[in-house]
Order: sequence, then C-alpha cells, then structure tokens
Amino acid sequence: MKDKAVSSNRAIRQTLATYGGLMAAIVVLAAFFGMFAKNFLTTTTLLTMANSIPDVTVVAVGMTLVLIAGGIDLSVGSVLALSACLLGWLMVDQKLPLWLASSGAIALGACCGGLNGWLSASFRIPAFIVTLGMLEIARGGAYWITDSNTKYVGSSLGWFSDPIAPWGVSASFLIAVSIVLLGQWLLHQTVLGRTAVAIGTNAESVRMAGIRTTRPMVTLYAICGGLCGLAGLMQSSRLSTVDPNSGVGMELSAIAACVIGGTSLRGGHGSVIRTFFGVLVISILQTGLAQLGASDPIKRIVTGGVIILAVLLDSLRKRSAV
Amino acid sequence: MLKLDALTKDFATRAVDQVCLEFAPGQVHALLGANGAGKSTLCKMIAGLIQPTHGTMVLAGKDYSPKNKRQAQRGGIQLVQQELNVLPTLNLAENLFLSDLPNRWGILSRRAMHRRASEILSEFGLGHLDPRCPASSLGVGQQQLLEIAANSWQPTQVLILDEPTAALSTPESQRLFEKIDRWRNQGVAILYISHRLAEVQTLADRISILRDGKLQGTWPRGELQQHDIVAQMTMPASPAMSASPAMPASPAMPASPAMPASPALCVEQFALRPKVRNVSFSLRAGEILGIAGLVGSGRTELLRAIFGADRATGGSLRLAGNVPRPSFRSPNEAVRAGLVMISEDRKADGLLLTESIAENIQLPMLDRPGLAGFGLVRAGHARRVAETYLQDLAIRCDSTDQSVGTLSGGNQQKVVLAKWLERDGNVFLLDEPTRGIDVAARERVHDVIRKLAKAGKGILLVSSDLDELVGLCDSIGVMSNGRWTATFSGPNYDTQAILQAMFAGYSEP
Repeated sequence: MKDKAVSSNRAIRQTLATYGGLMAAIVVLAAFFGMFAKNFLTTTTLLTMANSIPDVTVVAVGMTLVLIAGGIDLSVGSVLALSACLLGWLMVDQKLPLWLASSGAIALGACCGGLNGWLSASFRIPAFIVTLGMLEIARGGAYWITDSNTKYVGSSLGWFSDPIAPWGVSASFLIAVSIVLLGQWLLHQTVLGRTAVAIGTNAESVRMAGIRTTRPMVTLYAICGGLCGLAGLMQSSRLSTVDPNSGVGMELSAIAACVIGGTSLRGGHGSVIRTFFGVLVISILQTGLAQLGASDPIKRIVTGGVIILAVLLDSLRKRSAV
Repeated sequence: MLKLDALTKDFATRAVDQVCLEFAPGQVHALLGANGAGKSTLCKMIAGLIQPTHGTMVLAGKDYSPKNKRQAQRGGIQLVQQELNVLPTLNLAENLFLSDLPNRWGILSRRAMHRRASEILSEFGLGHLDPRCPASSLGVGQQQLLEIAANSWQPTQVLILDEPTAALSTPESQRLFEKIDRWRNQGVAILYISHRLAEVQTLADRISILRDGKLQGTWPRGELQQHDIVAQMTMPASPAMSASPAMPASPAMPASPAMPASPALCVEQFALRPKVRNVSFSLRAGEILGIAGLVGSGRTELLRAIFGADRATGGSLRLAGNVPRPSFRSPNEAVRAGLVMISEDRKADGLLLTESIAENIQLPMLDRPGLAGFGLVRAGHARRVAETYLQDLAIRCDSTDQSVGTLSGGNQQKVVLAKWLERDGNVFLLDEPTRGIDVAARERVHDVIRKLAKAGKGILLVSSDLDELVGLCDSIGVMSNGRWTATFSGPNYDTQAILQAMFAGYSEP
C-alpha cells in the first residue's frame, strides 16, 4: 500500500515537473486575458479557439517527431497546401468520393515526407536543404494543380469542422487531440519512437549498434508528411475551399510550438504533449491579443518575444538543474 | 633552458610521476616510451594544455607555470601535436599565420603575408607551393609540414614535436631533419617524440625513456642500442611478470587447442588504406586473440573495417561455416551476421549518454523483429533485462532509469558490455574495453571476456595494455604501422619480443 502511494506520489511529481511549467503559463495567460478582455473566458471564444487549432496541432505533432530524431521539415506548409489542392481536384474535378479523395491527399503528403526523409538520410544531405527544396516544389505543385485559383469544395467536407452538438467542439479537434495522444504513445511505446530518440541523441552510436537509421528516418518524415495532408483536409473543411496559398509560414508556427514545448532543435529530446501545450500558448496569445485590440504587428512582436522567453526559461532551468 | 622538477600529473591513476628533466638549448632530446607511458601528458603540461598536480618548471631561470597554450607560446614554447589541425578551407598563408594574421585596421595585408609565407614554406621544402592555394589541396605529409611550420615560425625556445614523421614520406622526413638541424644550430631546444627508433638514434643528442609515468633515465647519443631502448620501455623483471598474470588462465589453456579448431572469423588481405595494409589472420571459436600495437598502428581502423563501420578498401572475410565474402557495408550487416563490437570511445559512438541504462541496453535489440513484438517496446521487459545485468555485472547506480551520462566510466563500460551481451553474437570485437576504468570494473570485464570465450565465442581484443593481453589472450598478434607483423601464442609470452614487433613496422621505409 505504502509503496503504491509513494510511486503514485512520484508519478504526480514527475508529471508536474514535465508539464507544470507549461500548464502554469497557460493558466497565467488565460487569467491575464480573462481579466483584461471581457469576452475571453467565454465558451464561444474557447470553442472558436479549439476549432481553429487542429491543423497547426497535427502539423506540429509531425514536426516534433522529426525534430526529436534530429531532423527538421521546412516543407510542412507547402505539403499541406499541395495535399489540400489535390483533395480539391479529386473531389471537384474528378468527382471522387470523399474517402478516396482524402486518402489520396494524405498519401501524397506522406510521399512528399518520405522523399524528404529518403533524400536526407540516404544521401546525407542536410534536412534543412532537402525540405527547403520540397517547400518550393510542393508549393509549385499546389499552384499547378489549381491553376493558382482558390477552389470551392462545398459542404461535403463541412461536417469535419462543424461543432458536434452537445460539446461544441469539431470532429477535427477531437481527431487532433487523438493524434497528439497517439504521437506521444508512438514516441514512448514503439520501436520507431525509441529509435527516433536514439538517433536524435547520437546517430553514430545507433549506427554502431547495428541499427539501420535510414528506414526509421524515412518513416518519420512520411508520418510528418501524412499529417500535413490530414491538416490540409482539416483546413479545407474549415474554409470550405482549397487554397494554393494556404499554410504559408506554417513551418514556423509548428517549430515555434515545438520549441515552446521544450523540444530540442538538436534532437534527442522532446514531447508531443508539450508541443500541444505550445500550440495552446500561441493560440491563446493570438486570440487574447486580438480581443484586446492589438494590431497585427503588435501580435507578431509579442509572439516572437514569447518564443524567445520560453526557450530562455528552459535553458535557465536546465542550467540550474546541473 | 627548461627544467622540470618532480613534475607529476594524476588522472584516475598517476600518469606522470615525479619526472625531473632538463632540456638544453641546441639539443634534440628524444622522449620514448610505450603506450600510456606518459609522454603526451608530459608534453601537454609543458605546453600549458593541462596543469601539473605537483612539481615545478623553470624556464630560463624563471618560474614557469603556464595556465594555457597562449601563455606557453608567449614563453617561447611551441607544441606540434600528433593530430592534424590544418584548416582545409583556408589557404596556406592563412593557416601559417592564423594565430596572428598580419593586418592593418583589420584588413589583411595579403601581399606581405604571402611573401612571408613563401619564405617560411621554402624552409620546409614547400617553396614550390603557392601560399594562396587552399590547404585541402595538400597531401597528408605536406599538411603535416605546414602544421609544423605554423607552430614554429614565431621565435621559439622550446619546440615539442609529437610524432612529426608519422605521416611523412622519406624525402619529406629528410627535409624536416634538415630543418631540425638548423633549429639546433640556432639554439632551439627540441623535444622529439617518435616510435621510429632508428630515426631517433640518428637524430637525438639525448634520449630519455619513460615507463608507467616514471623516468627510467637519460642517455647521450649512441649509448643505447635499439634492444636496450625496448628493454628500458618494458618491465624490468619480464619473466616473472609475464608468468604471474598468465597463471590463473593457464590451467584453462590446454583446453582451447583441443577444442574444435573451427575458425569463427577468417580475415584475408584486409586493407583500409593507408591505415591498414593487407592484414590476414584467423580467429577460432572460443579463442581470445589479442592485438597489440602502438597507438595509431591501425588496430582500431582494422576492427572498424571488419565491423563495417568504415568501408574496407580490399580483402575478404569468412565467418564460421560460410564462404568468403567482401567486407560488410554497414554495422547493421555485421551485427546480423553475428559480429558485435565494443568501440574505443564509448561516449562518441557507444552510448546514448542522456538516455537511461535500460534504453541503452535495449538499443541493439530495436532492430530485431519479434523480440520487440509488433513494433512495440516492452518497457517493463527492458527494465527487467537491465536489472539482471545490474546484478551480473555489479553496475552501480540508483535505478535502471538513471541516465548513463551520470555513471562513472567503469559503470558506463559495463552498460556497453551489457548491451552487447544482450544482443549476443559469435564474434566479439573489443577495442580497449578496459580503458579508463577502475581496477574492480576491469576485473569484471575480464571475467566476462573469459566467460564468453568459454561459451565458444571468438574474441578479438585490442588493448594498449600489454599486461592485460598477456594475462587474457590465447594468442597475441602485433600490428605495427598498419601491418600485422607477428603472432605469438600463449600462455608464456616474451614481452620483449612483442614490443620489438610493435616497433618493427616503422623501421622499414
């Protein structure tokens, strides 16, 4: 009995150490905006926020996995747009059913990601360069498919992001949250996840342990790309259109969320759940500042400052721990 | 000019013990010793890279205790280390003057720099090179000369050369020797370290020999023959010492020749140019084959090439019962074929320092389908496995969740062992498995090695500690300058002969 109490005590303490800081930051931010913006702590605002973050969340999960393995994917925004445009083309021009069209979109995203991973892992080209190239290629592809026009996809996708009656959150949001949990599970409970952490910690040690490194890297990038495809689906459904210009700058918001969540850009350590908290922090800031009447420039300045502050606090904490 | 008084340096053990030496201007003073004798540590203390634990140095009548390399250089002491530190992307002149680029208001004075660089280069026989070409266009020998030049163009009183001819061809060495003669005439004190005994005998005015951190003595030129030098570098009472550590192992010895002499690993004409040249040997199942050699003789490179960590440039290998095959293309292939390797540098490529003990032991298993079970990690299983190894190998830690970076060197090495014991294989390649670990851990590692051999594994053991090889191995091969120069069989070894063989490869051109 006592043993159990001690171990559950330890579990609570560990959870607090892992998530406490971020949760506190979220509470403080929410309280701050709650005090100064009249409408911030209302169901409407919170639900609007919840229903606007699924796409970023899903992309940030993929980014976290790639970053933990020591890689980076700058092409997420473009791959999102490319997948969305393919979705629109398949549905509107080819009249394919939704399930087939969305599978195609997600598969295309996974292929783009897999190509990123294969090029960077097999030929030892820095991921930064490969995915920068893919950023351009996928964006070009998106314009090409749509003739640079925004395409109306209609209401067949709408249910995806419509609020579900009793709760008010959308299916997208629920899917995004499940993907966060799934991502965390993948990271901790699967061979792929542990291999990713190991490669990010010391790729040479992994190689010398006789473990293949190319295949897991390709898989991780493919997962990231597939998640971009899914995010494209979510975004198209929310806006009822596919837009070749969508997802511009998404890579930066995703990396920002990861970084605020404490994922190391050098690889080897990070957490999907904390990335989700990172997404929440950014989203609360954006919404709250907007309600306070802050202009777009001010919003960007504050968000930038918060990203730096988060990393600064993290590194100070680590230094004092040593 | 420079006087060392009772200079001592302690690491985990005493590396340099009460060394008193004097270096006179205009003399070449050779410093000799086997691996781990303390030569490099001594040089690093003189050059200010590390500070002595006890003892003092006096330079030109004044107390001398450099805190860093810069202070040492200000005192006129220059060290040319064994590793190349040339920056390939900079040009020759920039490499030469990197510590003090000639400039006016921060703008390079290129013309003056190139003129001066040409002068310096020609003193080293590199006058035909354009100082504006990048250092990457030079061969290894030329880079070595460039490095020596870069460290000696400033006014120098004491110049330390650590294995300067290791990468040089014969004509390049000749040019260096001419330059050394000129330094001698200018009154520079030169401290010269080399494995090439013949070269030392013609070049040095005086020879000092270190063994186990202690100075064995200093002799003027011509007083020592080559075998005297080797004798001074080895243990004094060699028959007694080679017998005693071998004793506990010797009762088991007769068993090994009686065992089925099936080779576990045959290596034919293996090469990794220029470090390993045409090495052939065969390792029986249940045999511990030691590889002796000086640091840099190609032992690590040989093991890495066998394991597929580096691609061999030639040769073939054959594993028990198989046909000969070319070298492995990756460690993954090697591990699948039943090879296992403990590398020399556990921090760089052996462990995941920030990860837990359990994770590290599990690492080689991640690639093994079935055991992991549908791609899922069994954390509880990993922990239980790790716990059995904590017991078996007496790994001292709080729990299996502790990150290995916080363990002592000996315990880290046990984790490395544990991970490969868990993965298992038929041939174990061990590169310096007991380096930098305490006596108790060392015993533990030796036990494991003996047990593995008894279980019929073939073991290839590289060690710079000759006593360790003598005590453990059924036979000992010697590598020297990239070649396999001799094989000795146990249990009674002639350590003098082994040491001779370690130096043998360097005397030939």
